[in-house]
Amino acid sequence: MSNELEFLSHHVVVGKLSRRDFLGRAAALGVSATIANSLIGSAARAAGPQKGGVLKAGLQGGESSNVLDPALNLSQVNFSFGKAWGELLVELNPDGSLENRIAEEVGSSDDAKVWTMKIRKGIEFHDGKTVSPEDVVATLERHSDEKSKSAALGILQGIDSMKASGDEVVITLKDPNADFPYLMADYHLVIQPNGGKDNPNAGISAGPYKVTIDEPGVRYGGEKFANYWQGDKLGHADQIEIVVINDATARTAALQGGQVNMINRVEPKIVDLVKRVPGVTIQNVAGKGFYPFNMFCDTAPFDNNDLRMALKLAMDREELLDKILRGYGSVGNDFPINEAYPLFSDDIEQRKFDPEKAAELYKKSGHSGSILLRTSDVAFPGAVDAAQLYQQSCAKAGITIEIKREPGDGYWSEVWNKQPFSLSYWGGRATQDQMYSTAYVSGADWNDTRFLRPDFDKMVLAARGELDQDKRKAMYRDIAMVMRDEGGLIVPFFNQYIDASGKGVQGWVNNPAQEMCGGYALSICWLEA
Amino acid sequence: MSSPILKLVAQRIALGILLLLAVSALIFAGTQVLPGDVAQSILGQAATPAALANLRAELGLNDPAYIRYFRWLGGVVTGDLGTALSSGQDIATSIGSRLWNTLFLAFCAALVSVPLAILLGLLAVRYRNGWVDKLISGLALASTSFPEFFIGYLLVYFFAVKWQIFPGISTVYEGMPFLERLQAIALPATALTLVVLAQMMRMTRAAILNVMQSAYVETAELKGLSAFSIIRKHALPNAVAPIINVVMLNLAYLVVGVVVVEVIFVYPGMGQYLVDHVAKRDVPVVQAVGLIFAAVYITLNIVADVASIIANPRLRHPK
Repeated sequence: MSNELEFLSHHVVVGKLSRRDFLGRAAALGVSATIANSLIGSAARAAGPQKGGVLKAGLQGGESSNVLDPALNLSQVNFSFGKAWGELLVELNPDGSLENRIAEEVGSSDDAKVWTMKIRKGIEFHDGKTVSPEDVVATLERHSDEKSKSAALGILQGIDSMKASGDEVVITLKDPNADFPYLMADYHLVIQPNGGKDNPNAGISAGPYKVTIDEPGVRYGGEKFANYWQGDKLGHADQIEIVVINDATARTAALQGGQVNMINRVEPKIVDLVKRVPGVTIQNVAGKGFYPFNMFCDTAPFDNNDLRMALKLAMDREELLDKILRGYGSVGNDFPINEAYPLFSDDIEQRKFDPEKAAELYKKSGHSGSILLRTSDVAFPGAVDAAQLYQQSCAKAGITIEIKREPGDGYWSEVWNKQPFSLSYWGGRATQDQMYSTAYVSGADWNDTRFLRPDFDKMVLAARGELDQDKRKAMYRDIAMVMRDEGGLIVPFFNQYIDASGKGVQGWVNNPAQEMCGGYALSICWLEA
Repeated sequence: MSSPILKLVAQRIALGILLLLAVSALIFAGTQVLPGDVAQSILGQAATPAALANLRAELGLNDPAYIRYFRWLGGVVTGDLGTALSSGQDIATSIGSRLWNTLFLAFCAALVSVPLAILLGLLAVRYRNGWVDKLISGLALASTSFPEFFIGYLLVYFFAVKWQIFPGISTVYEGMPFLERLQAIALPATALTLVVLAQMMRMTRAAILNVMQSAYVETAELKGLSAFSIIRKHALPNAVAPIINVVMLNLAYLVVGVVVVEVIFVYPGMGQYLVDHVAKRDVPVVQAVGLIFAAVYITLNIVADVASIIANPRLRHPK
């Protein structure tokens, strides 16, 4: 890029040149508007964040039934708001690495069974108390209590005992787990004074913003916490506000009308229209979420691997990606992991639509008659259309699919994980181990493909305890291959998080872990004056 | 006022209470046959069997239905609507501000739409069968025929996105300055006005036209009164009963039928609250909101009945 452009873009940022003039000069130098605009963006980042103002987000996924308790935090609004007021032990960076937050150092014994976290000194809670190792232990205790309704209960079940000693927290696991620090990055595990045992809904932690407004299903607000331990690193606006806008059209209109500065969940079908709105930038990033077709490996006719393979080969993934997600995603390869995960092997061959091979295997399986596939609008956006497209591509391989459209009410209690062939979604997990242990080992409650294979369980367990990263990567490759070639999972595609930011919003950094910059959009972005 | 009329009014109120009781039983029965289960809905796809069992026990979902009905009814009568299953908050408190929001929106919409509808109705009668009448009727019918969400989106597109005069989302909160609040609800109130306008206007027009054909109006005309005086002094008072009825029906609609408009404009009222909790199978909230809606509907209907009784001279002075 020419030096002149960089020089000029700096001028725009400090206000000596208007954006329009800059774009004009950039065009004269033969640079497209998109690149020129992104230049201003990077120059603005280099100039540093601007402080002050009120930053507003309009988000889908909030109900009047929500509470602030991080343990019960399931909706998108509470997730993003939790990142603004809450503080975790460790946090996932956009590149998949871990950043130490309340935990200053994390170390383990050689067998990855005993983990020691040194708690950073001098971090202050919003109520003025200092974060102590006892608070950390109390938090983990509350979330791992058998009676607890915490969504993090499952990932904490591997803990055998924990104690605070000096400025450290020592945790002993039942089995070795090299991924333990990643589990601590779970967004439910917000460290609260005395673990939130006194009042889980108080909204007090050590994040960059203090809770000032808590109106469930309507709006949330925070003001900059003066004693935030990272100072100015996060939290550039004086105040933040989240307005709950569940209606997609209203959300887009609010961004266009300038009532909010950023929105989440832009529907793939309107992305191209939103792109054309002046001042609005689409922020999309490949995530870990995927939309599976689940077959029960222990239920006829899906207990036959030839049939399962036929059904996998009869899927035209490119077509589904194109028509259902309008290209905002990436094709799946019949295992639940993609490049957004650490230790992903990118050399596994992509499965392609092969009706001849599918027909051959289908014949070999000996099955005849139609196969019942259950779908519903709530499985994922476009799930009914996806089932119909799949029905057509299966017909090309001579396989008859019968579609049953189930009511959205009760889909998750009556159909998913109950019926042998249905559509669903998975939001992805922090690590490969977490994903496999949540849904694909024999003992898992959510084994929604009934993949019951002791040898596979052993492979997952062995990889979990392996500290050598190269060996681990190879082990996960083997696991993926078993899943891909013998599992009951068909993955048409992985989705993308599609958000949008409005005029003057700077500092946006996409994070594949979650939408809205991993939930930090309100803390890392600022408003250009 | 004579005693027969008091008796009639008392009968209506007693009937209303009985009706409300019947509705409460219906609501309770209705919420029992919903598919799925509350605990499962609260925890969603992320539910473990252990957490499910704990939650079910805590919520008392294992008791038989009739016990839960009478426990609930006893609470309602004493003003205790219970706590929301999903958030653990007191329902009466959470409903309080939302009910106020809904009533405020309904009140503002009514304040505009009722006088406007009656005035337009009178105008239509005055210039009946002329182009004014046809224009008024045509526009009112058109605005009613469009679905509410379509009108809502049209308003958002022009007033919020294109011209940016009014906000497209109507988030209101406690302590919001009154003028800002009015500005925030401008679009939803307009949408509601457009929806309810036609029926009231047409009813006013029809009722008055009916009276206009009677002999005493002809007499008034022969007396030399102006057309407007005839309508105001002679026709309107005698046509008021059906007009009150249709106005009350529409007021009831403004309170209980605004779910779609509230969702489009993100207005924190009862409708949105109900939708959220239906999705979560939060039965106590659904029951409470259902009962409040039913009470509003029945009360307004009683008011309409009583007002027509009082407005009707034949009932006021029975032979």
